[in-house]
This record gives sequence, C-alpha cells and structure tokens, in this order.
Amino acid sequence: MKLYMEAKELISDNIRDYGMYIALIVIFITFSILTDGLFMSSRNLSNLLDSAGYIAVLAVGVMLVIVIRHIDLSIGFLAGFLGAIAAILLMQVGLSVYLVIPIILILGIIAGLATGFLVAKVGIPAFVATLAGWLIYRGALLLVTERTGTIIVQDDKFNAIGNGFIPSLMQVNGLHVLTLLVGALGILFYIYGAVSNRRNKMKYSFDVVSKQLFLLQLVFVSAIIAYITWILAGYNGFSWTVIVMLIVLLVYHFFTTKTVLGRHIYAVGSNPEAAHLSGINVSKITFLVFGSMGMLSALSGILFTARLQSATTTAGTLFELDAIAAAYVGGVSAAGGVGKVTGAIIGAVVMASLTNGMNLMGVGIAPQYIIRGSVLALAVIFDVTTRKRGK
Amino acid sequence: MSEYILEMHQITKEFTGVKALSNVNFKVEKGEIHCLIGENGAGKSTLMKVLSGVYPYGKYKGDIVFNGSIQQFNKINDSVDAGIAIIYQELALFPDLAVYENIFIGNEVENRGVLDWNQTIIESQKMLDKVNLKVNPETLIKDLGVGKQQLIEIAKALSKEVKLLILDEPTAALNEDDSENLLRLLRELKSQGITCIMISHKLKEVISIADKATVLRDGETICTLDASKGEINESIIIKNMVGREINAIYPKRENKIFGDKILELTNWCAYDAQLGRQVSKDVNLHVKQGEIIGLAGLMGSGRTELALSIFGNPKSYKLQGDLKLHGKSRQFKHTSEAMKAGIAYVTEDRKGDGLFLIQDIKSNISVANMKGISSNGIINVNEEIIVGEKYRKSMGIKASSLEQVVGNLSGGNQQKVSLGKWLFVNPNLLILDEPTRGIDVGAKFEIYTVMNKLISDGMSIIMISSELGEILGMSDRVYVMAKSEIKGVLTSEEASQEKIMQLATQ
Ligand SMILES: Nc1ncnc2c1ncn2[C@@H]1O[C@H](COP(=O)(O)OP(=O)(O)OP(=O)(O)O)[C@@H](O)[C@H]1O
Ligand SMILES: [Mg+2]
Repeated sequence: MKLYMEAKELISDNIRDYGMYIALIVIFITFSILTDGLFMSSRNLSNLLDSAGYIAVLAVGVMLVIVIRHIDLSIGFLAGFLGAIAAILLMQVGLSVYLVIPIILILGIIAGLATGFLVAKVGIPAFVATLAGWLIYRGALLLVTERTGTIIVQDDKFNAIGNGFIPSLMQVNGLHVLTLLVGALGILFYIYGAVSNRRNKMKYSFDVVSKQLFLLQLVFVSAIIAYITWILAGYNGFSWTVIVMLIVLLVYHFFTTKTVLGRHIYAVGSNPEAAHLSGINVSKITFLVFGSMGMLSALSGILFTARLQSATTTAGTLFELDAIAAAYVGGVSAAGGVGKVTGAIIGAVVMASLTNGMNLMGVGIAPQYIIRGSVLALAVIFDVTTRKRGK
Repeated sequence: MSEYILEMHQITKEFTGVKALSNVNFKVEKGEIHCLIGENGAGKSTLMKVLSGVYPYGKYKGDIVFNGSIQQFNKINDSVDAGIAIIYQELALFPDLAVYENIFIGNEVENRGVLDWNQTIIESQKMLDKVNLKVNPETLIKDLGVGKQQLIEIAKALSKEVKLLILDEPTAALNEDDSENLLRLLRELKSQGITCIMISHKLKEVISIADKATVLRDGETICTLDASKGEINESIIIKNMVGREINAIYPKRENKIFGDKILELTNWCAYDAQLGRQVSKDVNLHVKQGEIIGLAGLMGSGRTELALSIFGNPKSYKLQGDLKLHGKSRQFKHTSEAMKAGIAYVTEDRKGDGLFLIQDIKSNISVANMKGISSNGIINVNEEIIVGEKYRKSMGIKASSLEQVVGNLSGGNQQKVSLGKWLFVNPNLLILDEPTRGIDVGAKFEIYTVMNKLISDGMSIIMISSELGEILGMSDRVYVMAKSEIKGVLTSEEASQEKIMQLATQ
C-alpha cells in the first residue's frame, strides 16, 4: 500500500513528464481493443513506427528551435526539396548512395545556417524568415520536379532506409535475432543508466524513489521495451527507419543533456539576456540550432523519399505543422527553455498512432483532422495547467 | 483595547519538500505600520502571498481574520475587494504604457463599457496628488526612475479603496532620498487611517517607521516587537532575526596591500545608439589590485551602463577612449572575451538578466563556467553537483536541494545564487552591481566577509551600490557618478555621506 501511495505521489508530482507516456499507453490500449488487436500486430506496429520516422526527426529539430524561442516553418518543403535533390542526384546524376546522403545532409545544414543568419545576424523574426523559406523551398521543389514530375528512385540501398529492415543474422523460431539483440542491449543500457543515475543521486543525498518503486519502474520500462522488440521481431524486425530514429534519439539526447553546448541552448532559451551576460554567444547558439534543424530536415527528406521510393511535387507538405504539433504534444514550452528530445519523439509517435489507429478503424479523413487537433489542444492544455500547478 | 484589522492564525504553507511557513501567527492593529522582518527565505513574502490570495484558500492551513471576519480568498481579486493591496518585491508596471494607464490597469474607468480616457487621466491625477508625485500622467513608465515607479505602484493601490497596504521590500531598489520620500508617504497614509505592512531588510528604516515589528525565522514567528516599549532597535532585531549577535556590520580588512593597476579607463565614452544618448562621458577611472572601489551615485547616473561597457559591451554601445587591463589596451567584442580576460559582472537585475529562473540551482551556478565542470565539451554531472554544493554552503543558500528551481527561491537566496555563479568563474576583477539588494543583515555580513576574502586572495572589486552605508563601510576609494560622468573620487578617509551626496546631485 505504501508503495502504491508513493507511486501515486511520484506520478502526480511528475505528471508533466509521465503524462505523455501514459497518453501513449492509453492510445495503444484503446486502439488495440477497438481493432481487435490488429493495432498491436507486428506488421502494423512496424508500419506505424516507420510512418512516424520522418516527422519524429523533424520534431526533434523544431523542438530545439522552439526551446530557443524561435520557430521554423520552412522545414517541410526543405525536406521535400532536398528529398527531390537526393532523387535527382541518385537517378539523373548517378551518384552513389554513400555520396548522396552526406551531400544532402550538408545541403540541409547550409540551408539551416542561412535561416540562422537571417534570424541571428539580420534580426528578422524567425516566423517571417522561415515563412519566406517555406515559399522559396516550395517553389524550388516545383522547379526541380516540374520537367519530370514524380521522380522514381530505383536504388535499393537508398529505398531500404525507408522500407528495409536490419539483417536478421539468423531466424530462430521465426524470430528476428538481431532485433532481439538490439532490444536486449537497449534494456541493459537503460537499466545500467537508471541504476548508476540513482546511485549518484544517493551519493549526494538527493531525493530518490524507494527501492521497491525503483525496481518496479525498471521492470515496467524493460517490459515495454521487451514487448515492443518481441512484436517487431515477429515480423521483419527493426526497420532502418527505426534505427535512424533511435540514433537521432540517442545522439540528441546525449547532446542536449550531457554537453556544454546543449546546456547553452537551454540557457539561451530560458533567458537570452542572462545567457549573453554569462558569456554565452547567443547568435552562435542560434546558428547551431538552425543548422541542426536544416540537417534534420534533410534527414527527414531522405527518409520520406526512400519510404515513397520517389520524389513527388508535393513532398513535405504540412510536415512542419505535424512536427511542431509533435513537439508540443511532447511538452516543449513556447515560453522557451523547456523541452526534451524523448518528448518530441514520443509526441511524433503519439500523433502517428492516432493516424494509424484511425485509418485501421476506417475513420474518415475529416474526423481524423478534428481528433488530432483536439489531441494537440488537450496536450497543451494539460501542459499549461500542470505547469501552473508546479509553481 | 486596540482593535486588530488583521489576524492570521496558525498559518502553515508547504511547497513540495519545503515547509515555508509553520503555524505562523501574525496580528496587525488598525492604523499601525507593522514591519515584517526576517532572514532571506524566512517566509515573509510567502506569508503575504497567502494573505493576498496568491495561494488560494485551501492551499494553506490556518485562518485569516480580516476586519473581524474569517476570509477565504480564492484569487487575488477577492483580497483586493476586501481592501487589501499588495505591492510585490518585483515591480509589476508596464514600461511602455503611460502612468495613467498603469494606475488604472485592471480597474479601468468605463463609461457604458467604453474606456473613458479623459476621466482616467483626471482620476489618475488625483492619485498622483495623494502620493505627492509631480509627473504628467501621460509620461511613459520607462521614462521614470525606480523611485517614482514605486510611488506609482502605491498610487495604483490607492485607486482601489485600500484598507491594508502591503509593501514587499519597497525600498530595496531605491536610493536614500527616494526611500525617505516613500517613508514619509507611508506616515501620511497612516495618518489617513490606512494600515500598512512593510517587509524590509533595511533596519534603519524599520527602526524609523515601525510601530510594531514581527520577526520570522525559518517559517516561524519568533516575536513581535513594540516600538512604544522601546523594543525596536538594531541589536534586538538582529538578535531575533539571526539568532545570534553581530557586532560589526562591515567586517574589517587587515593589512591592506594594493598592487598594480588592474583596470584603467581613460576618456572612456559610451554612446547608446538605441536610446540616442551618451551613457558614459569622459570617464577616467582606475582599479588597483586588492582594492574595493565603490561606485556611488543616484539611480540612472550611468553606473550600470559603465559596468556593461567594460564587461564586453553586451548592449553594443559605441565606445571611445582607452581601456587598459593589466597595462594593455584591450577591446572586447563579447562578454565571453571580457570573461576570458578575467572580468565578471554580477547584474543588479537578478530576475531580468541574471538568473535562469526555470532552471535549478546547480545549473545556474555552473552556467558561466562550464569549462570548470566539463571536459571536451561533455559535462561531468558529479563535478557540477560538488561545485553547486560548495557554493550553496559557502554562500548559505537556503533551499530544499541543489535541484530546487531558482524561480522558487526567496529573493535574497536568488541573489546569493547569482553571486555564487560569478565566484565560480574566479575572475580578477569582479564588478558587483547592487550586491546586497534584498539581502538580510546576517547574509550581508557574510557577503562582505566573502568580498574581503576575495580581495586577500588577490582579486579586485568594483562595487556599485545605492546604499551609502555599504559604500562607506567597504570601499577603499569611492568614485561618484552623476549624469553619466565621474564627478569626483574620494579616498575612504575623505568619503562621507554628505560629500558623496553633494557630488552625486551636482
Ligand atoms: N513556489 C515555491 N516552491 C518551492 N519553494 C518555495 C516556493 N516559494 C517559496 N519557496 C520557499 O519558501 C521559503 C520562504 O520563501 P519567501 O520568499 O517567503 O522568503 P522571504 O522571507 O520573502 O525571503 P527574502 O527576504 O529573501 O525575500 C524559501 O525557502 C523558499 O525557497
Ligand atoms: Mg521575499
């Protein structure tokens, strides 16, 4: 009973952090029931995660942009445009994938730095600067696809990024072994991280949860990772998109929580004047964040083009709004200085699950928009009210 | 039998992990000026927030009896309706709005649902008369000094039938003249029957104005002192506040040794292109190693601007003249360059541009010196905690843990975090802008002791302060500024209150 009380208190104290996960679990369970388990089938789950991928990477980037109190509307068409450039380089110029991917990423960084320049050096409000970008990249996308229309990509390696799966090494009882290994490694990593973190906190006599509750947490999270791994292993295993997402998650999580630059980003977001007076170069941070945004837009373009196996004239339409919505569902604050990489990714998965689940149930497109809009509003209302309470 | 206008019984207020108030009893008689005093974090502001409905009924335990009946304020407007007006520690005016708009904001003068500006202006003129302030009601707030702004806050409070006026550290940011002025006004309001609660760390003021003074310590009522019984004097107050006696407010520094000139400014000019005016004019000033330089002057005399122009020029003033550091001419393009050269600047506006209010104590302390807790750009979390712990102890920061969000700390403890942050940078030249604003007597003494220790470790300090006592008590030399110019320099032997004020008002 004591344990239950503690868990209840912990959840209500950290409801802002846990809310999203609880929402995700509720959504998963609801759709599983409504679709007779179809939602949680291996194939559907795999499909869902792949469809979240190109928005999730954008959401991570735009989350950081929002953290420093700016916004980027140009990312959708930038992704579409760079995806088209990738297709052209592959199919019309004939470069190899291994060259095309870094080129596209670098182009993305350059585009991002250009936005950064307008915002940080010229002092144009990000909303306006990136609205201009939105128009320009949209035009550019039309320009490069105008002659040919949709560009079909026939490069298996490239397309695998959006459709392929990691090799299985071997199949045991129809299960994907490498996937299981990666999942097991993930669990070990998580447990190791959580245990050493707890030890550390105890060493400095910070508040930690009781041992039982801590064990319960460990078991719970490990079980979820294990369950998802298990389901995916029953189909084709982890897709490359999921791996890309995981890499972005790990790299950005590390970057934002463990590095000096990451810390500076949050400092600039929470009080730019104080950051400047603390010797932080605010415009350098602005460049960095927009540069990273550009790179992630490029990555998103690659994922999307590979997933469709083609570059279309409308690729990237509304991605920016999906990404911004995902970031807000993931708990980023418009007031700046608050936002987590894990939040942005979960936010993207939440939004993708809604679409996916409603598609399975045959809900029409019109109610889908309304429901997704309501979920976004609810998420932000929840965020704002819990924040008030925290004060 | 005197009559209590306010009785607070057994008030207890907890935040997650901290008991800010425990069973506090607080009684105020009608028509008196009652001071609320206590160390930083004692719970003074929290008690007043409970009273004014910032923390609504049900979020605290205990009873509030106001005007003879038990009150349950659910929101701030409820307490306003009951006749309680509170002026917070931080001013809450709108800088880009005019005086009359500010006075009636939230309480607009309407004529059939349409704002009646003419009437507003007329009414606001009446309020301004009440606080003896001669300004045009159409002046913008940002064009007024802090002293006048404070009076406008009071005018705003008076515009709503107020019976009990609460002022949270109203004079913290004011110079002596403005403070005197404010105290005079409070006495006048008292003669009109308005009861007043004032929180202050300036004991002199408390002694001069209080009829009663209640001391809080660690969230508990220690005692209520009565002026008519002669209980309100420095030593009794300090003993009750701190729990021990403090003999000298300004600790003595033994064997002063001054070294070479660390900083030298010659014909230093700074022009603010945005405001279109000169913020420093032909400043000549030097600081020797081991010196504490006092920079005195009235609010708006250009002291902060001078400091900023030295500290990497964050406001991008157009600079002229020569800045020598350790004998070498230097130009800094960014605050980070000034920091690298060994200069640090502790801002006067800790909430505005000093602290990261939504972040915790340890990240606030480490933020200006991330090198000190990281290697190859990767943060060593343990190191950060050790450093945070070190400054929490040495500065005596009162908090539930290093992970407490700085925005939730009491004003004085925020100031200590802000100082700790710059001490961790370990500069050669430390510029302190109003370093003890809002800090209690005990902590002030600690901060002065820290300053002396830093000096004996070879640092030099420029201290900007509006508190003359502090300037006189701590400085080796005093520069006095007025109208963006240095009007004179006095050695510690020459300096006196009169001389400084004379130069400052030239
Ligand atoms: N929102 C909050 N969350 C957590 N703790 C809080 C919060 N607000 C205040 N506290 C804590 O309550 C205690 C009392 O704070 P309070 O602001 O009342 O002090 P104070 O007496 O006004 O001090 P000062 O003289 O420094 O202004 C402090 O320890 C502070 O850290
Ligand atoms: Mg206070």
